[in-house]
Amino acid sequence: MNGIYELIRSLSIIERMLAFVLLAPLAGGLLAGIDRKVSARLQGRYGPPVMQPFYDVFKLLRKERIIVNKFQDFPIVLFLLFTMFSGALFFAGADLLLIIFSLALAGTFFVLGGYCVASPYSHLGAEREIIQMVAYEPMVILMAVGMYQVTGSFRVGTIAQHHAPLILFLPGVFAGFLFILTIKFRKSPFDLSMSHHAHQEIVSGITTEFVGPALALIEIAHWYETVLLLGMIYLFFAFTPWLALVMAMATFLFEIFIDMNYARFKWQLTFLSAWLFTAVAGVSNIIVLSLMR
Amino acid sequence: MGWFKRSPWVLHYNATSCNGCDIELIASLTPLYDLERFGIMSTGNPKHADILAVTGSVNEKSRQVLQNLYDQMPNPKVIVAVGICATSGCVFQDCYNVLGGVDKVLPVDVYVPGCAARPEAIIDGVIKACDILEEKYAQRKKTGRWP
Repeated sequence: MNGIYELIRSLSIIERMLAFVLLAPLAGGLLAGIDRKVSARLQGRYGPPVMQPFYDVFKLLRKERIIVNKFQDFPIVLFLLFTMFSGALFFAGADLLLIIFSLALAGTFFVLGGYCVASPYSHLGAEREIIQMVAYEPMVILMAVGMYQVTGSFRVGTIAQHHAPLILFLPGVFAGFLFILTIKFRKSPFDLSMSHHAHQEIVSGITTEFVGPALALIEIAHWYETVLLLGMIYLFFAFTPWLALVMAMATFLFEIFIDMNYARFKWQLTFLSAWLFTAVAGVSNIIVLSLMR
Repeated sequence: MGWFKRSPWVLHYNATSCNGCDIELIASLTPLYDLERFGIMSTGNPKHADILAVTGSVNEKSRQVLQNLYDQMPNPKVIVAVGICATSGCVFQDCYNVLGGVDKVLPVDVYVPGCAARPEAIIDGVIKACDILEEKYAQRKKTGRWP
């Protein structure tokens, strides 16, 4: 069952990064399609075709380009590039901390794009996005710390080949990561900044002023991010690859289930609950681990 | 490949509608009709929209808003007049405050009559609008200018 690792090890770093850049949008778009289909079925609807996210992106790329600010699309391009970069690093087996911080940088560019325009809806979305980042970032860093405690390395390549399953050492960290994954996926209880499901409240939040091609880039960046985050879930179970793949998929379906079952939280509750969960599940797990050694 | 046909996003604006057509428009998003199976999404943002669905006749106040929404939509864009009021002004067309149907203000592409327009008719109208989107994109490719 170690065929996956042998295949990955046979590729050079450049080849691994290229493979991610080319394959991740296909996987991410397909996952987004499955998301919409499953969501529709859970609501008793027929739902769009599974390829719908691709149709949307192809259409958006053909729309007229309207900008209200010369620099508006520049941060979005950087957002996409840094998301691709962090994902490519991850699948090349590089340093987990570098990956986490370049992903945070990508998020910062996205927020900058939101602030770039004059729309109050966009500003409100950008502010909420920052609050979300403050809410989830501690748990992401704790995940890297926990993995270091268990394996003694920050390198994804080493962590993935650790001789014992990480989930046995890091159940609390995994639970905490699952919690903030809902924020990262922009799923319902924490869908504050882009408001996928509540258009009328702050229009489209941070994406309000992005038209056609720019919106398509945001969508593609989101696909890359999805694959990267599911890759992080994979790391927890990397000891048995088939189980890891199943768990990554199960996590994705679980997030859809959460999405369908919760009304949205206010930002105060989002922030508090995320930090509380980080403290209870993540920090306690790390403390127990450090006492065990 | 006809990507506009596969993912038209609809912006709904209530000009002076009595809410009858609005309810029918929203009803076409419910599980029974489920517009999303055609890739149609209801968006509240003119900058993301391809199709502007207007309900109700137009008066002096809603004219400005309507014009503003239309100007903010990126090309190609299509206007669907939903309901008989949006189509012609219906019984309100002689009112001193009513300008008439939507076509008095903006170039309407598809008319969906009915009081209120049935969800089936609205879906049919939106699907017709998709073909017009494709036509407009083809025209742009041919002439280099948006129609």
